[in-house]
Amino acid sequence: MHSGNITIENITKIEGSAGLDVIIENGKVKEVKFKIQDSRRFYTDAVKKKPLISAPSFLSRICGTCSVAHLFATIKAIENSQEIEVTEQTKILRRLAYDALMIRDHALHLYFFVLPDLLGVDSILDIPDDHEDLGHTLLHDSFDIKQLGTDISEVVIGAAIHAPIPTIGGFLKLPDESKFPELIERLEKIRPQVIRGIKAFFNYEASLEQDVDYVALRNENKFDFLEGTLISLDGRKIPSEKFLEHFDVVVVPYSQSEGYVFSDNHENYVLGALARVNLNKDQLNSRTVEDTKEYLKVFPSKNIYHNNLAQAIEILHCVDDAIDILKNIKIVDEKPIKKPIKAGVGIGVIEAPRGTLYHKAVIDENGVVVDYDVIVPTSQNQISIENDLKKYFNENLDKGEEKLKFDAESIIRAYDPCMSCATNFLKIDWIRK
Amino acid sequence: MDTAQTKNKKLAIGWFCFTCSEDSTILFTELLNKHFDEWKKIIDFKHIRSLKTKNELKDLDVAFVEGAISSKTQEKEVKKIRDNAKYVVAIGQCACTGMPSASRNSFEDKDIDDRIRWYLEHFDYNKKVQKLEDVIKVDDKVEGCPMNVTKFLTIMDKYLKLFNII
Repeated sequence: MHSGNITIENITKIEGSAGLDVIIENGKVKEVKFKIQDSRRFYTDAVKKKPLISAPSFLSRICGTCSVAHLFATIKAIENSQEIEVTEQTKILRRLAYDALMIRDHALHLYFFVLPDLLGVDSILDIPDDHEDLGHTLLHDSFDIKQLGTDISEVVIGAAIHAPIPTIGGFLKLPDESKFPELIERLEKIRPQVIRGIKAFFNYEASLEQDVDYVALRNENKFDFLEGTLISLDGRKIPSEKFLEHFDVVVVPYSQSEGYVFSDNHENYVLGALARVNLNKDQLNSRTVEDTKEYLKVFPSKNIYHNNLAQAIEILHCVDDAIDILKNIKIVDEKPIKKPIKAGVGIGVIEAPRGTLYHKAVIDENGVVVDYDVIVPTSQNQISIENDLKKYFNENLDKGEEKLKFDAESIIRAYDPCMSCATNFLKIDWIRK
Repeated sequence: MDTAQTKNKKLAIGWFCFTCSEDSTILFTELLNKHFDEWKKIIDFKHIRSLKTKNELKDLDVAFVEGAISSKTQEKEVKKIRDNAKYVVAIGQCACTGMPSASRNSFEDKDIDDRIRWYLEHFDYNKKVQKLEDVIKVDDKVEGCPMNVTKFLTIMDKYLKLFNII
């Protein structure tokens, strides 16, 4: 029986900095403190007084890995504040750019951070240089998958990180269609590699069952990261503009990030790929469904490790969706939609790779940002992460400290948390934890 | 040829992140798509939390440091990195100039409401966010948000040659 407290100063193979304290008394877990340690940069305050046109690029700097998510959420919030309705072509190209983000971002998490856990090694650097080794094959698959995500981003939005081309109302420059056939060919070529990854994460036997609800956007017409209504496995339906009425923020005194609970019953919830596939698996691309039938049977799942499998399936969905878009789109020359500046409030709710992302912009009559709010998925998952860890430790204190630490990091990693994102503000009343 | 490579000498590096979006770290992981097999033969990744759990902060040839410095804890940590590395390279705009992570340096008193003040007082925050050079000696800089890839590869090449690895 493990008796002393357990501390992990720096959890590794995640985005950003976080630590963990587990306080154990009389053979029971008294408290688990998941501490998000990134220093705040106060961007939602720093963006105030800036002209609205500069806000998307500035706020994309909240995060390195999902900067496109913050870019698109900011653009959406500001477009809503200005009552700008973009063209169908803009919507499709944004969807294509978002497919590219998901392919690269999920692959980074799955293959660089989680794969070593699956293989029982410390790092991708420890994977044998042996072409017959599955780990070696999967790792080299990941290089192709990530690179393709990045290359699609470069064609459509100019870069995978802090993309310069998307703007309020549309695109500053339209993609070069002559590059599409090569991308289609590479996407087709990569499908077997992506499916190999899905099989590997399906065979990952780790399990931690949760007693929790799941929340994600759902568009009744298609599997969509950018449009829809928030729904939950327990039957909630939450329009984007009512977001704040349904969630309460909780101050976590030892963490640089707030946590979140449902406002009606104060229960925690989980966001991310697991929530999306739990709630929307019927809408995945038909080719994806055809090739993942066996694996999709596990959903809806309450095993947090299945977030990894859900991400792997989402990569294939995004590959197939990107193929469909690239094959069918005919680019027409158009400029970003512009309207006279007006005062307004706009909300942008989308699905970031790690779950639902909320942006709210308040713009004055001169087109200046006067207030801004951001709620990110990692903050919303924070209390669920702690509850999962508490459950795990209570059930496994008979194990040695090294094993406990390894499993704790694996559980946290399964959520794919991002601390750079998590240290941003929402300005509503706090509940003290 | 009596090069370090023939003696299996590798360039011992560390990669560290402080206050920033970690965009250059993400870009570095993207560079591994094309450089992993080559770099694994000639670089010893002794400390890189984004890739491994068992890290060692000791006898680094080069430390690559991303992000600005915004707390006493970070100051202490980056000085320890400096003490254990022959060369330090500032990576990305926040490390090189402080911005945009240092945006709060220009907040006026009236901008700092109770909510911001609670965090500044409750956690470890310096009064001002500093660029890396304000805290430790920096040998090279790779500017950009995220870092300029061409310059980074040139710098990497420079140190690989300096230590007779290539």
